[in-house]
Parts: sequence; structure tokens; C-alpha cells
Amino acid sequence: MRFLRQVLAIVQKDLAAELRTKENLSAMVVFSLIVLVIFNFAFELQGVDITVLGSGVLWVAFTFSGILGLGRSFAAEKDKGSLEGVLLSPVDRGAVFLGKALSNFIFITVMEGATLPLFAILNNTGLPWFPLIPYVMLGTIGFAAMGTLLSAVAASTKMREVMLPILLFPVSIPLLMAAVKLTGGALQARDFSDVALWLNILVLYDVLFVVVAFWVFEYVVEE
Amino acid sequence: MTQPLITVEKLDKAFGARWALRGVTFQIKQGEIVALVGPNGAGKTTLLRIVSTLARPNAGRVHIGTIPTLEHANDARSAIGFVGHQTFMYDDLTASENLHFFARLYDLPNIPQRVQQVAARVGITNRLNDVTRTLSRGLQQRLTIARMLLHDPAVLLLDEPYTGLDKIAADLLDEIMADARREGRCVLFSTHDLERGLAICDRAIIMKAGRVVHDLPRSDWKNLAGFMEIYAHVLSDASSRGTDDNTRHAASPRDTAPEDRQ
Repeated sequence: MRFLRQVLAIVQKDLAAELRTKENLSAMVVFSLIVLVIFNFAFELQGVDITVLGSGVLWVAFTFSGILGLGRSFAAEKDKGSLEGVLLSPVDRGAVFLGKALSNFIFITVMEGATLPLFAILNNTGLPWFPLIPYVMLGTIGFAAMGTLLSAVAASTKMREVMLPILLFPVSIPLLMAAVKLTGGALQARDFSDVALWLNILVLYDVLFVVVAFWVFEYVVEE
Repeated sequence: MTQPLITVEKLDKAFGARWALRGVTFQIKQGEIVALVGPNGAGKTTLLRIVSTLARPNAGRVHIGTIPTLEHANDARSAIGFVGHQTFMYDDLTASENLHFFARLYDLPNIPQRVQQVAARVGITNRLNDVTRTLSRGLQQRLTIARMLLHDPAVLLLDEPYTGLDKIAADLLDEIMADARREGRCVLFSTHDLERGLAICDRAIIMKAGRVVHDLPRSDWKNLAGFMEIYAHVLSDASSRGTDDNTRHAASPRDTAPEDRQ
């Protein structure tokens, strides 16, 4: 219970800070919308079927915007030494990781929640909310978990803004491929059996990323 | 007989090719206030960070009471209050939110009451609802001291705690340290403000080039002038020796036996 209370304390702290400044969320949402608008212009000129390419567009918007938030996740903690304040407390490093990962998951989900309706409006198409939402959530879990870990790694380097995408995107390729395939399947209303394999891969990578990041996090943040 | 609350044994720490600490050994007992003094680069901050569990040594051990910090870090952390160079606070949270957050990490009972107590202790009760970034440096330092006191730690570690404090706040800090002595805690603090630091401490440890060169109980110096005489000698010696003394030549912590490192 103590572990969960500490996780919750970290999540509530991040949400309280974000609600006060709205810096992260506004940057992520605006960036995501800009990506959608740019793709919309590009594809309208070509007359492309958006149900075919839409999944790629959505995940480009999600990941590029998500990385903005992830980059700030530990940079802000490092700048003022507040992470050290947390590390001085008798708190399991796994609780710190889960708290930060959960905060990042919430921020990215809010950004996705703003992006999806605009995607539907811009492309004049309805969205199959089920199973689209579960697929997007599953993709976000792994992305937020590995992003949180690598954000902590990048925050310790001099080129942290550059390092995070360089580290995160290659590692996340299998997860993002699965998420794009599943999202595409949902947009094209394909039969579940066509995408079941990708769902297995996505869940596998979610579990792998969360477990690995949870165990490795301690070695990343300890001096 | 009073028990040692801090035991530091043969502590070594190197950053790359440079030694920050070499064979540092001392004990601090219950009710003792110890000042850590020395020129810049002497290893004071590194030592405090290792004792606080924020950094790991290359060799050597630290015990908080009977708890080995390397093996049972979280148990040790429960007994340590640390004030460092940075505030450790979240700028976008209010002072109250910051204290509540850290109290939750320490899993304290009756958090609102405890927050009010420590805020009153450091005189920031009327600023608790202010966003931290709007507080002056001195008020932020008071908030940091309040955070240190939140969990009622037995060991207080303070790195240059007088920085940014006005006279009233510095007097308040001295009072908090004196209370700690009376309550059987111990205090280890680094300072360049020798006049103030020596006035409150029971013992002074002088560090130079990562080593403890003098460990002086109050009886060993009669007044500030007496201490300054010893300290000036250490400083002049430090400047004349240059920096080579701290370079890890062939001997690294891994390839030298601990007893050879002094």
C-alpha cells in the first residue's frame, strides 16, 4: 500500500504542476494538431484514401507530440534538483518510475483525445471508437513506459532534446509497427483475426517495456 | 555512552581521473553538531552526498546508526534530513503542495498537521499558499529546511545551509541545530561562514584534497582566531601543493588496497 501511495503522490504532483502551468499539454496538443493539418493538406492534394494511411498519420502525430512531453518529464526534475529530493526519500525507485510513467501516459492520452476528433473532422470520416481506443491505449502504454525510462537517461546527457528521439524511436519500432497495423485495421474495419497477431505483439512489447523499464530505472537515476 | 549516529569508514570517491575523497573516516555521536570546513574542491559536498545516499562511494562504508546505507538505503533515508545546494522543490507547486508531496513520499501520518508544524518552525506559515517560484531565495531555503524537518530525522545533513539566509533566518537555523543537539540528533554541515559555523558546532572537521586533515573538538581551539590559525595553515598548504595531489595516477580505488590509500 505504501508503494501505491507513493506512486499516486508522484502522479498527483505531476498533474497539479501541469494543471497550474499547462505548458506541456498545450505544446503537445498544438504540435499534434499542426502535424494533422500538414498531413491533411498533403493528402488532399493527392486524393489518398485516409483509411489506408490514417493510422500512420495518427501515430506520427502521437509519437512526435508525445516525445515533446516525455522530453520535459525529467528535464524539469533535473533542472531544479527536485528529482534528488525525491531520491532522498525512502521511496522505491520503481514507484518513482511508475508514477512518472503514469503521468506521461495521462498527458499523452489527453493529447490523443484532442487529436482523434480533429482527425475525424479534417478527413470528414467517422472513427470506430471501439476497437480504436483500446489499440491506441495499448500503444501508448509501451511508448510512455519506454519513453519515461529513456527520458531519464536523456536528461542526464548534455544533448537531452536530441538524445531522447534518437534513443526512443529505434527501440519503439516493433511497438509502433504493431500499433499502426492495429489502428489501420480498426480504420478499415478489418476482421479481428487479420490483426490478432499484431495485438499479441503489441501486448508483448507493452509488458516487456514496462517490466524492463521498471527494473532498469533504479540504475538510471542513481548516481 | 552516546551512540554514533553517523559512521564513515575509509570512504573513497573518484570522478574519472580525479579523487574527490580518499580514505575519509570519522564518527558523529548523538547530540553532536559537526562543521565540515575546507577550501573549494576539498570534497565536502561529495562527502555529504554520499552520507545522504545521493551518491555511491568507490570504496568504504557509511552507517546511519546501525544501518549500512549501501545495503539498506531506504531505511537510512528515513533517518536522514538533507539540505543541499539546490532547493529540491517543484517551482510550479505551492510551498504547501511541495511539503505535502514530500510528506506523502515519507508516508507520514497526519500530514496537514505536520506541514503546519514545520512551516511554523521555519516561519513560512503565511507563505504556504504561494507558488514556490515566486518565493525569494531565502524563503525557498526556509522551505527546504522545512522539508528536511518533515519526517523528524535523527541525522541532519546540511550543505552550505546559510547561503541566501538573512540574519534572522540564519539565527533560526542555528536554533534548529541547537534543538537537534538537545534532542539527541546529530548535525553535519558544511560551511564557508566560519564565524557562524564555529559558533554553533561542537567539532570541526577540516578537509583538504578529499582527505580529513584535522578533526578538532571545540576544546582544541579557544576562539575563532585560534581556529583561523590552524585553518590558514591548511589553506596555504593546499594552495602550495597544487592539484596533482588529487589525480588518480596508476593507483585507482580498484587496484589499490584500502590500507594503502592513505
